[in-house]
Amino acid sequence: MPTMEFEGKQYEVDEEGYLIDWSVWTEGMAEVMAKQDGIELTEEHWEIIRFLRSYFEKYQIAPMIKILTKEIAKTMGKEKGNTKYLYELYPAGPAKQACRYAGLPKPTGCV
Amino acid sequence: MAKLPKPEELSKIDYKPPKTGCGWRETPVQFKEGMYCFGSRPKYLEEVGFPNAREWKPNEEDWKLPENWKDIILDGLKERLEKYRSFRLFMDICVRCGACADKCHFFIGSGDPKNMPVLRAELIRSVYRKYFTPGGKVFGQWAGARELTYDVLKEWWYYFYQCTECRRCSVFCPYGIDQAEITMIGRELLNLIGCNTDWIAGPVANCYRKGNHLGLEPHAIVSNLEYMIDDIEEITGIRVDPSFNRKGAEILFVTPSGDLFGDPGTYTCMGYLMLLHEIGIDYTWSTYASEGGNFGFFTSMEMAKRLNYKIYAEAKRLGVKWILGGECGHMWRVVHQFMDTWNGPADFLEEPVSPVTGTRFENAKTTKMVHIAEFTADLIKNGKIKLDPSRNDHLKVTFHDSCNTSRGMGILEEPRYIIKHVCNNFYDMSKNATREKTFCCGSGSGLNAGENMELRMRGGFPRANAVKEVKEQHGVNMLANICAIDRAVLPTLMDYWVPGVSVCGTHELVGNALVMKGEKKRTMDLRLETLPGMEDSEEEE
Repeated sequence: MPTMEFEGKQYEVDEEGYLIDWSVWTEGMAEVMAKQDGIELTEEHWEIIRFLRSYFEKYQIAPMIKILTKEIAKTMGKEKGNTKYLYELYPAGPAKQACRYAGLPKPTGCV
Repeated sequence: MAKLPKPEELSKIDYKPPKTGCGWRETPVQFKEGMYCFGSRPKYLEEVGFPNAREWKPNEEDWKLPENWKDIILDGLKERLEKYRSFRLFMDICVRCGACADKCHFFIGSGDPKNMPVLRAELIRSVYRKYFTPGGKVFGQWAGARELTYDVLKEWWYYFYQCTECRRCSVFCPYGIDQAEITMIGRELLNLIGCNTDWIAGPVANCYRKGNHLGLEPHAIVSNLEYMIDDIEEITGIRVDPSFNRKGAEILFVTPSGDLFGDPGTYTCMGYLMLLHEIGIDYTWSTYASEGGNFGFFTSMEMAKRLNYKIYAEAKRLGVKWILGGECGHMWRVVHQFMDTWNGPADFLEEPVSPVTGTRFENAKTTKMVHIAEFTADLIKNGKIKLDPSRNDHLKVTFHDSCNTSRGMGILEEPRYIIKHVCNNFYDMSKNATREKTFCCGSGSGLNAGENMELRMRGGFPRANAVKEVKEQHGVNMLANICAIDRAVLPTLMDYWVPGVSVCGTHELVGNALVMKGEKKRTMDLRLETLPGMEDSEEEE
């Protein structure tokens, strides 16, 4: 099993760098992952990561895109409630990139 | 992860067999990145009680197999030869005529001879001859037999997970050899020693624990549908009000969980919600039988049976009369050809009758489960729903026959009938690429992962070519289908080979055209995109 090093400790990740245990995640890990992709996390990025974390705690799965865009629209304004905005922040895709930074597993099945 | 080559590079396919010097039987398999999936993680195998749960990587030398792996495989092979007469027959009767060779989408897209169905089957047939036929035991390779070695086992894994069990080859086989069944047995044997892919093992474990591949818990299902219901209200002014786990409902509705989560499946799901509301039938969703699909089917018969069980169990618990099923592919192969013998007889259910038209679905007499394409086509034929196809006028639509619903159960006319009534512009693809000769999406049977993208783009190449043809001839911009894997994978395939073509489920088109009682003037489609010509009316509001 591959691992990622963070503050001197090793954490298990899958082949694509998703954290195996979402509960060991800390904010610093997101910073490290983003830095590896050449992204500096701004407050806008964090809004999404925090939403993903709180949603996952309640539902045990990442939200579908429809929910993510609607909730972003509610908290950050209608003009930001669309996939275009999400892709501007997370060019590799909100489902993939933002979930990885947030320490969440990737959805599987017919998706 | 492997970098996906550009379409210009990938489409240069060499069909000349490689010169190995020692014949195909002795060639050790090269694991090429992008052409295979990650190995199954131990936790997923543990959750369903599968053997040899451990960390392993397909491209590493040591697969950490049990010491007696060879005995396990050969015993498993013997058991299946005795149990399945079809399998034994398929091992014996191939005359290597080659009719199947160039019919496989993976061969067409890769040029790899081991993707010829005849040779893929030969990988296991050669071992069968060695251990189970007198000729093979005595004459060895002269009789086309070979030892089961570690390399042969790896080759099985590599190529049985490069087959989507689509059965196009069997349409052309003069003996009707079903390559899908051979692949299924091959995968079953590999699972006896813990060699699944992670992308299949994960959904299987999720489905076993939570009822669906995604692992959606009951409150997540309800919440997801509520967001869709909000959108429907925004579009139509009507709030649909489905029920969940309701005892005494007449009909149980079961659809693949992809429809409850991923776009564009969610738009298809909105189409179901709108239609079932409009016709006012007495139906319920279930948060337990919350998956029509069955990744167990890509693992072993036994696992598929375990996952399928909940559909009848829930129908019985709720006391419904019959079951309506959504747009899914392999779900229907399981329902149509296996469910009744595995988990039936469903004698606590009634022969399905449409409460709207009175049509008796005699084809579903034993399974008691009706495909929504049949159900909706029947509504249209009897004039029970009002449709305005002009709302889909900005779309030029073609239809991708899903392998399992077309070749597995003969649903060929119904989706086309529906599409022609809800759209004004429909263009079928080449007759060599549709109906029973349909080309696979290239990602079915659990191959819809991310790490095997080159395999997926190669496998989907023939399908994409056929779409390209109708795009160039007629300006097609929408690829409709009736399968959740299709909806998940075809957008990527189109973006790669035929940019400019979108993908939708058939009931998304129905939802757009459906005229609902008391609805407001439609200015948006189900994707909340403004309908052409309605830009002004939106501003007025």
